Amino acid sequence: MKKDKKILFLQGNEVCVEAALYAGLDFYAGYPITPSTEIAELLALRLPQKGGKFIQMEDEIASMCAIIGASLTGHKSMTATSGPGFSLKQEAIGYAIMAEVPCVVVNVQRGGPSTGLPTKVSQGDVMQARWGTHGDHSIIAMTASNHQDLFSVTVEAFNLAETYRTPVILLFDEIVGHMRERLVIPEPGEIPLLERLHTSVKEGTDYHPYLPREDGRLPMSDFGGVHRYNVTGLVHNMWGFPSDQPGIAHGLIHHLYDKIENNVNAINRMKEYYLDDAECVLISYGSSARSALQEVENRRALGERLGLLELQTLWPFPAKAVRERCEKAKNILVVEMNMGQILQEVKKAVHHPDKVFLVNRIDGTFISPEDIRNVYRLIQGKGV
Amino acid sequence: MSVSVKNYVRERFLPHIWCPGCGHGIVMNNMIRAIAELGLNKNDLVMVTGIGCSARISGYMDFHTLHTIHGRALAFATGVKLSRPELTLIVPMGDGDALAIGGNHFIHAARRNIDITAIIMNNNIYGMTGGQFSPLSGYGKKATTAPFGNIDEAFDIAALAKAAGASFVARTTTYHVAALKKTIKEAITHKGFSVVEVMSQCPTYFGRKNKIGGAVDMLNFYKDNTVPIGSPKKTENPALIETGVFVNEERPEYCAEYEKIVQKAQKTK
Repeated sequence: MKKDKKILFLQGNEVCVEAALYAGLDFYAGYPITPSTEIAELLALRLPQKGGKFIQMEDEIASMCAIIGASLTGHKSMTATSGPGFSLKQEAIGYAIMAEVPCVVVNVQRGGPSTGLPTKVSQGDVMQARWGTHGDHSIIAMTASNHQDLFSVTVEAFNLAETYRTPVILLFDEIVGHMRERLVIPEPGEIPLLERLHTSVKEGTDYHPYLPREDGRLPMSDFGGVHRYNVTGLVHNMWGFPSDQPGIAHGLIHHLYDKIENNVNAINRMKEYYLDDAECVLISYGSSARSALQEVENRRALGERLGLLELQTLWPFPAKAVRERCEKAKNILVVEMNMGQILQEVKKAVHHPDKVFLVNRIDGTFISPEDIRNVYRLIQGKGV
Repeated sequence: MSVSVKNYVRERFLPHIWCPGCGHGIVMNNMIRAIAELGLNKNDLVMVTGIGCSARISGYMDFHTLHTIHGRALAFATGVKLSRPELTLIVPMGDGDALAIGGNHFIHAARRNIDITAIIMNNNIYGMTGGQFSPLSGYGKKATTAPFGNIDEAFDIAALAKAAGASFVARTTTYHVAALKKTIKEAITHKGFSVVEVMSQCPTYFGRKNKIGGAVDMLNFYKDNTVPIGSPKKTENPALIETGVFVNEERPEYCAEYEKIVQKAQKTK
């Protein structure tokens, strides 16, 4: 007889913890901040139970730095925060990008800028996730609208961090983080886990920590192991030693950029609802996608041909996939809780940017199906 | 004991960036001798640094080396240490790196009493950026950002470390090389957060701006203006700087305490 699945009724932040533990998280450093604090609280309980490490650091910056240090000893590491803390972490996120250290950073978004609306929902950090740290780089950022997806996206974040040796941002929002919903815990092995790629270079042989293989991947050696090497945030050569040679700098920046931007299709996750015959395509993500789906179904019941493209990978932006899904659409509505951060990406991606409209809320109130209907009717010339 | 310094240096990475007469080479030399005399395995040693002249020391040393961002070396080191407590962590920092931008991490690492050895190479100035005053320059000193004299008072690193909870606190100078090596050995051996302030000359900026002279004059300054802790000379002349071990106490260490939490947590599972 098949064993019954474990079914839980949880907050999104709790689901994130369950998924991170499923993925093999064993080091967490954090600092309390609304609306992400439940992640730290639950891990303070759960990590020591499995012999993992939890530390509450003195600030957001230190938390980010500590998980980078722990990752270098071979541990799957994560921190969680919200807007102000995400701002503080940016320099160290850039370090993890430059030094190619796998780790996962959760940002449960709240209203901003500055202290903003600490307990209210927003999706205002989309561009910060992409460009928050200085200098040319690429980044992976993912999101989810429901708990089952939040679980699999979180596991995927750990897998992608190891595959591409990069920080991965989980860009959740206050509604998803605090909402309670059913979660079926996947069986062990049901979602594949990618473990760290370690070097096969033997002790006594020169190990080049920053010399990519043909496939672009960089096998690692843990701190404390037999290979002693240098890790730096400076432009560096294949040994990890600082270099200011133009050729080295050019090659490194391209490597950091290309390893992600050349794999947009492999990284991309999206969900499609009623797109086959959709005249109006809604594009949304995170909690906004719940209202978008509801309104699509409301309109479908009336015979109107709406569809939804729900993005789970925000960065690298899946421009080609978005363009293809929008080719037959008469209108495209981007539904998000900011001033149009993904809207601009969609306009860049599609053939007719004049057909792309924004449905948004920026007041800390959850965007509703009515909000979407109002804009939909306006662009049809029907009035609200 | 004769030590082959070369065994601990990455020759591929040399020459170093330090100016002629800089004190940091003396610190590095004695750090190597201390590590060699302790018989530590290079694979068990992690050196974490931040940004600045002093921070470049990690690249030259043949350990696991992590050259990080300005001020945050102790935060990175905390992650390394807690995730692999059996490793030995040494964190050399400059005075600006450790106590201006990194001041918060410094006091909190001390408060936790995590088993990390912090070596503050105090040259009283920001050298890498060209001679701006640091929180250790002191009142009245000249710097490129204090052309009329500095009105910022300096920290007393030893008093600060003690108050913050460090369980080993010492001060020495690049003139007192025998004490320097011995103090670093004690600090590494000590179980808990150890702080060693090493007064290290910067003839290029601090010496020149403040008309102290060259490297030799600055070393002589350390000789003439320091006294062992408790010397009666200090009472006669309070401007003298005390050197020696200020604090050496056995106190619960963070990673060992965390292990106890794991034991408790596993009983409640």
